[in-house]
Amino acid sequence: MYFGLSEEQVFFQDNVKKFLTDNASIEEIRKIANGEGDELQKEIFQGIVNLGINTLLVPEEYGGLGVGLLHAVAISQALGNGVGPIPFSGSYVMAPIALNLAGSDDQKSKYLSKIATNEVRFGIGLSEFVGAREDAGIEISNGKASGRALFVADAENADHIILSNKAGVMFVIDSSTSGVELNKLTTVDKTRAFHEVILKNVDCDILEKSEKDIELAKKVVDAGRIILAADTLGASESMIEKAVAYSKERKQFNRTIGSFQAVKHMCAEMASELEPCYALVWQAAHSFDNDSVEESRLLACMAKSHLSEVGKEISKKSTEVHGGMGFTDLLGLHYWFKRIGLNRQLLGAPELVREEAAEIQGFNQ
Amino acid sequence: MNLEFGTEYNDFISEVQDFCKEYSNATITTNNDKKFEILDALPVNSNEKTGKTVNRSDWQRILIEKGYFARSVPKEYGGYGGEPDIIKSRIIATEFSKYKVPSAMGGQGIDMLVPTLLEWGTEEQKQKHVKSTLHGETIWCQGYSEPNAGSDLANLQTKGELIDGNWVINGQKIWTSTAQFSQMMFCLIRTEPEASKHAGISFILIPMDTPGIEIRPLVDMTLKAGFNEVFFDDVTVPEDCLVAKRGEGWSVANSVLGHERGSLANPNATMNRLNTLIGLMKEETIDGRRLIDIPSYRDRLLKVQGRVMAVQAHSLRLLSSKINPEQNVKLGSMIQKLVGTELRHELEGLAIDIMGELGTLYEDDPNVRDGGSWQFTYMYFLGLIIGGGTNQIQKNIISERGLGMPREPKVTVEV
Repeated sequence: MYFGLSEEQVFFQDNVKKFLTDNASIEEIRKIANGEGDELQKEIFQGIVNLGINTLLVPEEYGGLGVGLLHAVAISQALGNGVGPIPFSGSYVMAPIALNLAGSDDQKSKYLSKIATNEVRFGIGLSEFVGAREDAGIEISNGKASGRALFVADAENADHIILSNKAGVMFVIDSSTSGVELNKLTTVDKTRAFHEVILKNVDCDILEKSEKDIELAKKVVDAGRIILAADTLGASESMIEKAVAYSKERKQFNRTIGSFQAVKHMCAEMASELEPCYALVWQAAHSFDNDSVEESRLLACMAKSHLSEVGKEISKKSTEVHGGMGFTDLLGLHYWFKRIGLNRQLLGAPELVREEAAEIQGFNQ
Repeated sequence: MNLEFGTEYNDFISEVQDFCKEYSNATITTNNDKKFEILDALPVNSNEKTGKTVNRSDWQRILIEKGYFARSVPKEYGGYGGEPDIIKSRIIATEFSKYKVPSAMGGQGIDMLVPTLLEWGTEEQKQKHVKSTLHGETIWCQGYSEPNAGSDLANLQTKGELIDGNWVINGQKIWTSTAQFSQMMFCLIRTEPEASKHAGISFILIPMDTPGIEIRPLVDMTLKAGFNEVFFDDVTVPEDCLVAKRGEGWSVANSVLGHERGSLANPNATMNRLNTLIGLMKEETIDGRRLIDIPSYRDRLLKVQGRVMAVQAHSLRLLSSKINPEQNVKLGSMIQKLVGTELRHELEGLAIDIMGELGTLYEDDPNVRDGGSWQFTYMYFLGLIIGGGTNQIQKNIISERGLGMPREPKVTVEV
């Protein structure tokens, strides 16, 4: 029995962390956030792709590593930890899982092998499948898709985008096809890109198996939720470390503020809330890889909703420990605050996800 | 990640399951013996007791013979004599919980004194006390806290002087659970007044029928006399009642305090309680509508469920770190008492809230739900939030020893 990340997973995670520490300092993150770091962002992206994040969830037969979601969780923690300004949850987790689950053999070899070689990158948008705002949504008719999708992940410069209709029929479009309009959404979180995608009669390559099975799109959402929970886990961990480090340096009343119980207790509360979350997120990923959908979906919902709550609390308290400096742009702590804030809303805010968890368990009649 | 215990445990699992099926929902009788009643710390829903009936002493003996209790305590001291095996212990706990099999007797003698004596006691002390404690023949109480030594436990002042080969003890203890039913007390006594605060304390065993001991019950907010004050007036016990050396009492006590903190918030028990709450919310109604169908109640339930599932997963991680010592979960083990007690208090409080006015019924009211156990446990866990090292002290420990934050500077001015 071994409950935790494997040596290999930790090694991979540490490499990503180290890369971000060395190449994505707060100054560099700020540049990117201010829209002045396109080249820099490309370099960071290339550096992390060189570590192999694109290959994780591509099966071996298509040239990938074919490891499970837990491996991706380890990476997602590292990206959250360093507010990694690169596409991941969509391009390298949800998209390959969607293609692998729902694609025909032809579709798989066409797309998955190119993800593994980094020839193509995917964006993916399932927000309307989870719950449509502003009556957005996509209709498919005679192999053509029309409509509007919001909060499409990792679509910036993506070669293809996976979208779905309300029935969970997933399809691939070519981003450069005519009739595709991409509008970047300005969210609080400037470390990752989300888009509005408008389709007007666009050719779509329907992922065959999803036509009759709504469960497949749901399973992709499960994976996305677990990965977002892991991102929040990593970001929260970092916020606690920053709060503790700051409290040991900052002096008031001739003492480091970390020697005041008011501050110590806030840090202890943050640590106590977060510590059990590692196990919850890891178990959810392990269950996604190994168990029945019923079991793993409940854990996915719980990981997503619980981490959203814990992350919210930690991002608030950590900022408070930093006092006025925490509120400034100067320190850059807000990049973590905002990343956690966006994760919370993506693929279902906590109340909605808990309601799904209730349904799974047959609580509401 | 590998959640399998390994095929070598399959036989053991089915053996334990067979036993659990036989004793599922069993009732343990105490023959109105108060000393046993108090040790079954929490009331259990009487309507769940549909299985066999077993006498408390017999149950204790059966569990030891099977190796489901006192598993790694050597045979010569009345235990089962098995090799320590964390996985087997976990299997036993999990299956017992799953099949609602009554657990073995607990209490401070079994949970705290037995491990203490096994680690620090003389051969004679082990022979004399361990077996009778495991079999429930000797009940112990713990004499640590004093009126002026609560969170600052090392400030304790109850004095012991060695006079003519006997310890003569004077002073007062407080928060002493089960003192009125106990045959023995293990306690911390200041025997070296010249030594520093922590180095002046000794660990001493005192028979409760020694002349000069007075016990006054202390009724707590649950209206049960869970605690006592114990007064010592020239209480005289032989020199060999000392465990370890003079002045080593603080180390002795600390070596087992961790056991208590871990045991205060068992995640299996919390999960069982959550399931009972779910059942309650499906049964109880308001205006004919099931409580679980009310979205705000349901959302609170799901919020708590997320926390319970996190804590349960966390217990697997802690278990794994015991099996695989290279896993470092130091911070993770420090938070157990704080997180577990707060969560349980919240869960019990939710049950009261969803029942509304009915949730305030207590004791023997004919309309009370589940024997009043929701109110009782809600208050009981507030007691646990305060006891066993208050949760504020836990936060000091977590921040100082877990996060490496500086200690509070010593106050030097007179206030």
